[in-house]
Amino acid sequence: MVVVGIVAGVALTRPQPLPDDALAGMTADPERGAVIFAAAGCAACHRAPGVDDGPLAGGRPFASDFGTFYAPNISPDPVQGIGRWTDVQLASAIQRGVSPDGGHYYPAFPYTAYAKASRQDIADLIAHLRTLPPDATPNQPHQVGFPFNIRRSVGAWKLLFANDDWVLGGDLTAEQERGRYLVEALGHCAECHTPRGALGGLDRGNWLAGAPNPSGDGRIPNITPGALNWSIQDIAIYLESGFTPDFDTAGGTMADVVLNTAQLSDADRTAIATYLKAVPAVPNPQ
Amino acid sequence: MKKRHFATSLGLAVILTGTAFAAGHISEDVTKAMEARQAHMTLYSFNMATLGGMAQDRTPYDAAAATAAANNLAAIANMDQSAYWVEGSDSSVEGSRAKAEIWSNADDYAEKIAALASASTALAAVAGNDLDALKGAFGPVGGSCAACHRAYRVSDN
Repeated sequence: MVVVGIVAGVALTRPQPLPDDALAGMTADPERGAVIFAAAGCAACHRAPGVDDGPLAGGRPFASDFGTFYAPNISPDPVQGIGRWTDVQLASAIQRGVSPDGGHYYPAFPYTAYAKASRQDIADLIAHLRTLPPDATPNQPHQVGFPFNIRRSVGAWKLLFANDDWVLGGDLTAEQERGRYLVEALGHCAECHTPRGALGGLDRGNWLAGAPNPSGDGRIPNITPGALNWSIQDIAIYLESGFTPDFDTAGGTMADVVLNTAQLSDADRTAIATYLKAVPAVPNPQ
Repeated sequence: MKKRHFATSLGLAVILTGTAFAAGHISEDVTKAMEARQAHMTLYSFNMATLGGMAQDRTPYDAAAATAAANNLAAIANMDQSAYWVEGSDSSVEGSRAKAEIWSNADDYAEKIAALASASTALAAVAGNDLDALKGAFGPVGGSCAACHRAYRVSDN
């Protein structure tokens, strides 16, 4: 019985990369990929800390309850970056959280959100990544303690928490569906705006209801209709300019997000706002 | 012996009371400084709302109102605020959203404050001309707000 359990555990927690033909027959468009790159917020994490422009050299620290993770170099450098990776290896990293050498990535990398993205968008994104400037900054090892330093344990985490179903179901308009795609898949908004359980899985019952900032820097606000009473236009303007309806401006990590959402189309920003109006209202705790 | 013990206790009590008083006193100063700078921020946003409503085409352009708001903004942004930004009044203190880096990167912080002062002075010079002039000069003002909040304010907003 124990042996069966171990065998099953080993099999179930094994990294599962995409099949070799996952991108077969696709034509990738790097210009379209630039929009996906902005919508997916890649630069906000992978740019060196304190740098507004420039290569995706990594190094930004992400404190969490499980340790401190450092964003890796994803510039096209052949040694330190992703220059020698195949397209399918990159797609496996982004959508399955599996490295080219077959290990699990920690879910600080929001691959469970990106898993919901269309394969064409990922192909375009990869084509765009390859056009960016290379940088030879070496990666910093994550500072993660036992038992989370056992990478195979991430396989169990994926079994528990990876979920390809949309959180907001039911009949949606085309605009709400587009917003859902931008929020739940590419934008991975829930990674910060949704509280997590003891093992770090997102609490889907409190979707986008706000959470402590794991880095200890303030609190991430509730953006469900239970707390956010801005109009659709207010939200769209905020995502473009960073201005709240009271003419405060976004601060902290959200200011980085606005740099990305400012690059989207008005239609996409409005779609995000429309989706946020449609998610279940969760009141703030009294 | 007993007397000495009493004197020691009394001395200790005086020291403890003194410390407690000093701690209370410092925190009151910090609270007042924080209230002052938050009031300062409220004045920014009140005047920004007048200008921003026009810049975002939500309210009709009004040259006199735009000029008044932009002049206010420039006056506030050019005030000496050094007395509000008391070291130790960072987000470790209840009610503060200021990052401690304001004090560890003081030169960069001062540069960002100066950027708002010069952008708002430039806005005041043209806000009464026409809507296009207002829109053009409003952008850098918003940009300077955003740059400082991005670097120096914690993530709740």
